[in-house]
Amino acid sequence: MFRNQYDTDVTTWSPTGRLFQVEYAMEAVKQGSAAIGLRSRSHVVLASVNKAQSELSSHQRKIFKVDDHIGVAIAGLTADGRVLSRYMRSESINHSFTYESPLPVGRLVVRLADKAQVCTQRSWKRPYGVGLLVGGLDESGAHLYYNCPSGNYFEYQAFAIGSRSQAAKTYLERRFKSFNESSREDLIKDAILAIRETLQGETLKSSLCTVSVLGVDEPFHFLDQESIQKVIDTFEKVPEEEEDGGEAEAEAAAAPAEQGGAGDQDVAPMEM
Amino acid sequence: MTFTIPIDNGDALKNAEADSQRTLYPYVTGTSIVAIKYKDGVLMASDMGGSYGSTLRYKNIERVKAIGKHSLLGASGEISDFQEILRYLDELVLNDNMWDDGNSLGPKEVHNYLTRVMYNRRNKFNPLWNTLVLGGVKNGEIYLGMVSMIGVSFEDNHVATGFGNHLARPILRDEWRADLSFEDGVKLLEKCMRVLLYRDRSAINKLQIAKITEEGVTVSQPYSLKTFWEFQAFHNPTAGAQGSW
Repeated sequence: MFRNQYDTDVTTWSPTGRLFQVEYAMEAVKQGSAAIGLRSRSHVVLASVNKAQSELSSHQRKIFKVDDHIGVAIAGLTADGRVLSRYMRSESINHSFTYESPLPVGRLVVRLADKAQVCTQRSWKRPYGVGLLVGGLDESGAHLYYNCPSGNYFEYQAFAIGSRSQAAKTYLERRFKSFNESSREDLIKDAILAIRETLQGETLKSSLCTVSVLGVDEPFHFLDQESIQKVIDTFEKVPEEEEDGGEAEAEAAAAPAEQGGAGDQDVAPMEM
Repeated sequence: MTFTIPIDNGDALKNAEADSQRTLYPYVTGTSIVAIKYKDGVLMASDMGGSYGSTLRYKNIERVKAIGKHSLLGASGEISDFQEILRYLDELVLNDNMWDDGNSLGPKEVHNYLTRVMYNRRNKFNPLWNTLVLGGVKNGEIYLGMVSMIGVSFEDNHVATGFGNHLARPILRDEWRADLSFEDGVKLLEKCMRVLLYRDRSAINKLQIAKITEEGVTVSQPYSLKTFWEFQAFHNPTAGAQGSW
């Protein structure tokens, strides 16, 4: 993407019908570290890579509990992500207070999307620079949504956002058809394996990832390091060789097309 | 040259004419509602009278209405406030339906919404002068609850408003069971309504019984109860009285 004369204002259309500022905001999402979501009929798993600014600092929180039945993972400008998480928590608790009943996740994402859209149509605002993977429950079961800075939202069986997410997406694309019927344990294992794909060769340790689960009979909570390490131990000892070969090719093809895939030194400090 | 004369309405709480926008007393009122849970859902009975003080002025008022797919709302107290509440709920149900996403408001949600409305109005010293009964069935769960004009709200297996609290609930406490069939439930309600008919001066002999189950709502056609007035005490009520009293 190159600079052009139509990209200064979010309220300026280009002659080809594009809003460049909105598209640039979506680029910011690609700079953040990876976040992954998958769902079965009854459970949703959200996982993220723990990236720290330096060895001295702790890693940034990328997964937030919105309510017992809704969780969100973010990628991009984490400050924007925190503000939107606070909005979601507020909407959720207001609904619970008035109706004594959990807010259906489908209705929450629409409100979130409408809020993001406002920022694409005011000259004194800028779009939120964060992508959100919202997992939650409503009357028909478990759902996973992706909310864009553009104000669009989509429902997914499984999705990955952030840097090197293409590797994870390739992995998920191969398996998503079975996710609906997956058990909770298999879903968690697939999430961790997808995270491993984004690490590109780096050894997978439980300290490098955060995993959260929610389900029809299970309120949102994080898995502790031990449980994650146990799952990692089941596959890390026996590397799957045939798959490694296939994945290396897929990653090589995806890397040049993806921003931020090459080096983390290009990532601005505010993006994680 | 124009100027406005400031009118000091005075302290609203002390000055009787001040702020005529607040509800001070009810005008057209409905009397008791009696409702019970039974095997398949909820049964709610009410008469069709609207009293204007001590005059039984209106005799065709439906005080039980269906709300959405899953709930039944009955009201006693000011009829115009009941109509206002129906308007609020209409809007609520409309917005809920417009989502068109497979989720819908159940009786518990409607009950809590009404509790919030009633309590907030009470806090502004402008109550909706009603006692509401909310019953319904959703996903197999049978729900029955009540909200008063001051926002007191609770759920129970059988509820009654107004005079029903004093005359009907003792009967229900003795005779209600969780596995009542439809016929037994109606008989129980008719027993309560008959006592109310004899003893509540604002009751009329024209009642409706509404039923809600998982399948939906049915409101019966208005009908009247058989009454018996040939008790000795009714023949010559003042026979035993001495003197001018």
